[in-house]
Amino acid sequence: MSAVLDITEPTATRTIPATRQPEVVASLTGVTKRYANGVLALDNLSLSLRRGEIVALLGPNGAGKSTAVKLMLGLSSPTSGLVRVFGADPRDPAARLRTGAMLQVGSAPLMLRVREHITMFRTYYPAPMPYAQIIKAAGLDGLEDRMFGQLSGGQKQRMLFALALAGNSDLIFLDEPTVGLDIEARRGLWTQIRALAALGKTVLLTTHYLEEADALAHRIIVVNQGRVVCEGTPAEVKSMGATGSLTPSPSATATRTIRCATTLPPTTLHALPGVTEIQVHAGLSTIITSKPEAALREMLALDTSLHSLEVIAPALEDAFLALTSKAQ
Amino acid sequence: MSTATLPLTAPSTFEIFLSETRYEFLRMLRTRTYSLSVIGFPVMFYILFGLLLNRGEHIGGVAVSRYLLGGYSVFGAMGAALFGVGVGLAGDLSAGWLELKRSSPMPPLAYLLAKCCTAMAFGVIIVSILLTLGIAFGHARFSATEIASLLGLTLAFAIPFACMGLVVAMLVPMNSAPGVTNLIYLPMSFLGGLWLPIDMLPTFLKHFAPVLPTYHAGQLMFIALNAPAYGSALTHWLYLAGFSCVMLGIASLLFHRSEQKS
Repeated sequence: MSAVLDITEPTATRTIPATRQPEVVASLTGVTKRYANGVLALDNLSLSLRRGEIVALLGPNGAGKSTAVKLMLGLSSPTSGLVRVFGADPRDPAARLRTGAMLQVGSAPLMLRVREHITMFRTYYPAPMPYAQIIKAAGLDGLEDRMFGQLSGGQKQRMLFALALAGNSDLIFLDEPTVGLDIEARRGLWTQIRALAALGKTVLLTTHYLEEADALAHRIIVVNQGRVVCEGTPAEVKSMGATGSLTPSPSATATRTIRCATTLPPTTLHALPGVTEIQVHAGLSTIITSKPEAALREMLALDTSLHSLEVIAPALEDAFLALTSKAQ
Repeated sequence: MSTATLPLTAPSTFEIFLSETRYEFLRMLRTRTYSLSVIGFPVMFYILFGLLLNRGEHIGGVAVSRYLLGGYSVFGAMGAALFGVGVGLAGDLSAGWLELKRSSPMPPLAYLLAKCCTAMAFGVIIVSILLTLGIAFGHARFSATEIASLLGLTLAFAIPFACMGLVVAMLVPMNSAPGVTNLIYLPMSFLGGLWLPIDMLPTFLKHFAPVLPTYHAGQLMFIALNAPAYGSALTHWLYLAGFSCVMLGIASLLFHRSEQKS
């Protein structure tokens, strides 16, 4: 399954240049977490978050995403390995002054108003975000006097997002932030998340929505069974899934699927530049190539009757499925 | 690899405690299942047994309207603490709300004290209503000292029952917490001699009563109201202090155990 995507351009502009590596704000180093019931949630996992970037932690259920977030929030301690947030142990109350979080919360107290919840969270921090700014950023205008219990599912998510912003923190953890939001609300939240990164804040996002990771993240870390499967920009991750290589290479990022009706025989198609795989089905040929421009030029020259042409960038979903199934 | 440091200082725990208490009180006041039942039960029982069914009887030389006011004050303080702290905490735990709060810089002490002080405030509301009813309709007379000790004891009794509530919250999941709390709250009140004098209970129950914190709290209340009571105030205080420490210890043990599992 793949989709026609127009992600190439925005992904490129979102990439942080490798030459200017900003400081690390949080890291897991060789962290293993085994729960009391014997479940191995994280297996020698290392990752680091740099200032100003949006990192998406992507993986199937039970991959260890929420465990990684809990460790960085100091809600849980590692079995072995080192967890650092702003150079301190995250269980140190001082580290918590600079982090904000949106967790998968079943419910906040129902009988407090949105205004009261936000006011209460603002008191926890030395330099909280101005109240009006929080309301605007979370899209809670007109809902301030509602009780939490009176809010719709999407509005509840937005209020929980507001609480994550309350401290004006430098590092924000968002655990599945857009669950239950409609498309419009989700896109609204994406805009806010991008705005946070533009202010120099670091955002760690876990998500089931591959589209979300693709649209938001500077860097995607794919996790499965407690290990990092691969990491890179959305474009790199997609191409890794398409080519089957777990290390990004400049040629791999260019991988495209070409689909068209052509009279050229499979042997000729195989000989085209960069081609790794071809399929012919119902008169349509599907060609995967790492040099789509060169391959296309030759195809068009060889077959003037070529028609129904489509060039498809690999969808993140395909890459994700390919990468996580490979790891098993 | 350079790493950012921590320059900021935290707001004071006291300020956070004040704001937590304010919102906890508002929340509980608006939660009708809590505020109505916690205030309603002792007030209803007092109206029924202390006022309507009271034909001017005396217990050991003390008017029934006066004696029962003491018993129902303890009953009210216990309900406010067990339901407010115990059931309240169980709810916060199961919803994942406490986890979010713990991930914030909120000092855990501010959270716990806010819950305890809210229970105290409800205790004071209950006792004030009972006093108003007793003085207005039960012809009960109280000296200023007695009123002061009635209120003071109500505040103090929130502590042992709040500690007990913590243990309930750590042991019982949210959906069964109110039921379990009722199973503790009602029998303990009756068996501890809060609803009728301990002498009216069958002998074997009478011997069992001193095991219960309600018995000791009740006796302290009766001593303060110059009603017949057993034992010395000091032993009752020591029992309640010991009970609070044991409950707090068990609760913290259970909490650390659950934390290690997470």
